[in-house]
Amino acid sequence: MASQTVPPLLDIRDLHLTMKSFDGEAHVLNGIDLTVNRGEIWGLVGETGCGKSLTGLSISRLVSTPPARYARGEIRFEGEDVLKLSESAMQRLRGRHIGMIFQDPTTNLNPSFRIGEQLVDVALAAGRHSPEILGLEARASSSARRMAARALAETMLDKVGIPNAAQRLDDYPHQFSGGMRQRVLIAMALIGRPALLVADEPTTALDVSVQAQVLRLLTGMVQEYAMGVLLITHNLGVVAETCSHVAVMYAGNIVERGPVASVLAAPAHPYTTALLAAIPTRGVKRGDLKGLAGTVPNLIQPPPGCRFAPRCALAGPDCRADVPPMIELGAGHGAACLRVASQTEAA
Amino acid sequence: MLEIENVSKVFPGRRSLFGKSEPVVALDQVSLSVRKGGCFGLVGESGSGKTTLTRSILRLDVPTSGRILFEGQDLASLSPAALRHIRARIQIVFQDPYASLNPRMSVHDIVAEPLVIHRDVMGLDNRQRTDRAVELLALVGLGAQHLHRYPHEFSGGQRQRIGIARALATNPDLILLDEPTSALDVSVQAQVLNLLIDLQDRLSLTYLFISHDLGVIRYVCDEIALIWRGKIVEKGQTAAVFDNPASEYARMLIAAMPEVRSAATRE
Repeated sequence: MASQTVPPLLDIRDLHLTMKSFDGEAHVLNGIDLTVNRGEIWGLVGETGCGKSLTGLSISRLVSTPPARYARGEIRFEGEDVLKLSESAMQRLRGRHIGMIFQDPTTNLNPSFRIGEQLVDVALAAGRHSPEILGLEARASSSARRMAARALAETMLDKVGIPNAAQRLDDYPHQFSGGMRQRVLIAMALIGRPALLVADEPTTALDVSVQAQVLRLLTGMVQEYAMGVLLITHNLGVVAETCSHVAVMYAGNIVERGPVASVLAAPAHPYTTALLAAIPTRGVKRGDLKGLAGTVPNLIQPPPGCRFAPRCALAGPDCRADVPPMIELGAGHGAACLRVASQTEAA
Repeated sequence: MLEIENVSKVFPGRRSLFGKSEPVVALDQVSLSVRKGGCFGLVGESGSGKTTLTRSILRLDVPTSGRILFEGQDLASLSPAALRHIRARIQIVFQDPYASLNPRMSVHDIVAEPLVIHRDVMGLDNRQRTDRAVELLALVGLGAQHLHRYPHEFSGGQRQRIGIARALATNPDLILLDEPTSALDVSVQAQVLNLLIDLQDRLSLTYLFISHDLGVIRYVCDEIALIWRGKIVEKGQTAAVFDNPASEYARMLIAAMPEVRSAATRE
C-alpha cells in the first residue's frame, strides 16, 4: 500500500481455466483472484484435484494448451500478463524471475549428470540474460563464465546447507538422500534469484524432520532475497508453521484467504472449518475427529452457485443461485460465503 | 497377543561390479509386545525398519535372529499348514489404495479372495462368500451396489475401505495397518480413521498401526514405539511419550511435527 505505482509481484485476476477431456470440458479454475507481494509466503491449500497445482503451473505457463484453455482472466507478474507473452519472453521469465520447485526430488534431477553440471547449466542460462548473476561483464569469455557459474553453484549448495559443497558438485543425484536432493533443487531454483518462487508440495515426499529443515531453509531464503513465495500444499500444519498468508481452494475456487493467524484462528468459510476439524491435533479425543461427508463435485457439470453447497451444512437455496462473492472481513481476510455476509450484517 | 523378542534382520551385502557392499542391519534387537484389543503405534521415518518388521510378522521375511510369537506360538516353529491357519488371523491393510487392489478384479472378487485362499478354515461355498462380501462392504460403509464394480470406479477413500473389507474377510484377530491413510486427503483420512476405530470397538480387533504421521498415531493409538535405524528408541503409553518424551529422537520428532495451533481447531 506504500505506493500505488509499483504493481504487486503476482496478481492473478479472475482466472478461468477449462480442460478438455473425453467426457466434456471441465471447468477446473473458476475465477481465481490472488495477490502475492515480495516478502510474503502464501500457502495455497486444498484437497486433491481442487486446482492448486494448476494454479501454480499456470504462473510459469507450464500447462499445455490444448487440452487446457484460459477462458478468462489474467496472471500479472510485476504488472505484465504472462498469458499474453511470447514463448521466448516467457522462457526469460522462467527460472530467472519465477522459480519453481516440485514435489518429488527423485525425479526432478537428471540421474545421468553430476549435480554440478546441472546447477552450472542453470547458472549459465540465468547468466545469459542477466550477466550480473555471475558477477561478470556481458562480454566475458565462455570459460570465465563457466568458472563463475561453478563458483555460484558451489555457493548456492553451501547456502542450502549441503556440507562439503565443492566436493559434492561432482556427485550424481543417486548419491544424495531425498532431503539433500530437495535442497539441491531449492539451490537450483534460487540460482537465478527469482522474485517469485512457486513451490508445489516441496516437502510432501520427505520425512518430518527433514521437512522441518527444508521449510526453515525456505523461510530463511525468503527473508534474505525478499522473494514472494506461493507454497502449494495439502498440509495445514505446514501452512501454520511457515506461511504468512493462506488461500484455501475448493473445486477451482479460492473460498477463503487472508493472514494465516486470522484464517486459522477464526475460519469464516464452512469448508475451511471442516478442513481444520478433520486434522488430528493435540487434545482431539479418539473417535471425535470429523470427516467431511460427500465427495468433491464433478467439474464437467459443477453444481450451480457455490460449489461447496452440496456438502455444506449451512447451505440454503440462495447458495445455489450464484457463485458467492468474496466478503471482506478486515485486514485482508475474506471468505466467499453468503452465510458470512449475513452474519456480518447481523452484527 | 503378539510378542516380538529381540528380532534382528541383517540383509547381506551384495557383490557387484564395484565390489562388495556392506551388510545392512534393518532391525537391531527389536522387542515389542502388542496387547490383545490394543492399538499399538509404530512410528518411524523412511528407512527405519518399519516395513521389514511388518514383513517379518507376516513371515514374508525371515528374521536373522530373535522370535516372533503370536498367542504364544513361535511363527518360525510352525509347519506350512499351521502357518497358513495363523495367516488367516493376521491380516494387513496396505498404504497405497491405488496399487494394492488388482484393477482386473471386481470388488466382489477382491473381498472374497481371502475366503477362497483360506477356504479350509472358512468353509464357505460360493453363495455364502458372496453374502459375506456384501456383509463386509456394509461393515466398511459401502452398499451392495458396488459389488460388481472395479477399483478404478472408486475414489481413494472408497478403495481404502475395500482394502479394509478384504482384511476383515477372514475374521482376523490382528490387523497390521501399514500407513493406511497417508495417501488420502485429510477429510477422507478422518473418515477412514474413524471407521478403523469403530471397527476395532465392534469386532474387538487388535491393531498394529504403522505410520510416520505422529498426529494420526496420537489420535488412534494407546501405546506407541519409535523406531530409528532399526532400533526401538522409545516405547510407552501414547500420552506419556507425547507429554514427556524421554529420548532425544522423540523430542526432535515431536518438535518437527507441523501443527495447527489448538486454538485454531475449535468448532
